[in-house]
Amino acid sequence: MKLGVVRFPGSCDDVDAQLAASRVGETVLLWHADRNLHSVEAVIVPGGFSYGDYLRVGAIARFAPVMESVLAFARDGGLVLGICNGFQVLCEAGMLPGALLPNDHLRFRCGQVDVQVVNADTPFTRACERGQILSIPAKHTTGRYYAPDAQLDAMEAAGQVVLRYAPGANPNGSARDVAGVSNEAGNVLGLMPHPEHAVDELVGGSADGLALFESMGEAIDERVGV
Amino acid sequence: MLIRPKAGILDPQGIAVERALPALGFDGVSNVHVGRLVELDVEDPAQLHDMCRKLLANPLIEDYEIVGATGTAP
Repeated sequence: MKLGVVRFPGSCDDVDAQLAASRVGETVLLWHADRNLHSVEAVIVPGGFSYGDYLRVGAIARFAPVMESVLAFARDGGLVLGICNGFQVLCEAGMLPGALLPNDHLRFRCGQVDVQVVNADTPFTRACERGQILSIPAKHTTGRYYAPDAQLDAMEAAGQVVLRYAPGANPNGSARDVAGVSNEAGNVLGLMPHPEHAVDELVGGSADGLALFESMGEAIDERVGV
Repeated sequence: MLIRPKAGILDPQGIAVERALPALGFDGVSNVHVGRLVELDVEDPAQLHDMCRKLLANPLIEDYEIVGATGTAP
């Protein structure tokens, strides 16, 4: 199994994402200017400050050559996970609904947050139980999820709100405590917290983030009939 | 192009500025919003709306206004 991690100029969590992904398979870095996805079976768009966050977070990265391939890959049902800045990029690219706005308190917030699994029936959360709380770090200034109310209603009904901050844990003012959403087809997930920073109890005290990568590994194994 | 947070969407930058002004003695200020200004020269101003919709503004969260687009010589 091979998982790809995109590297834009300004990505900074690509190495941790690669380390986390390496727990379930082979990994390869996907350079932003290269359209070749090297036959990966999943793509991770990592956190950071792609293209300096100029104009709007994620706004420029969506035009990177690699994103054309990632878009086509997702249209064909390929698994795409966007973390933090990766989530922002996927929203700007129209691959996920909604947008990320500056935190309601305008501060950079960095800390461990409790994230609840709302939908455990996705390729990204299948190794979790519905309602399970994952302790994973969040660190961002622009993480306030927004979508119009009618759209949020529809997303909730369709199971697209996959992860929520636990009651009282919302670090940024996100609408309805949304922490992570999927596209309609369910093969693209974006979240603000960083599961790739919580894969080893030795550093950070929680390995809860591993569940997302294990879920992706299971989903890929099932598809290829291992 | 003037790009503003859409009405009804919480604008924490605007709120922060609105709260800071009275501290300097500027009273009676309300409805402060902080947006972005994009300046450019363009041969065909008809492209401006498309530019705003596709890149310069995110229509889900921002409104834009095009200012000085016609007959403004450099």
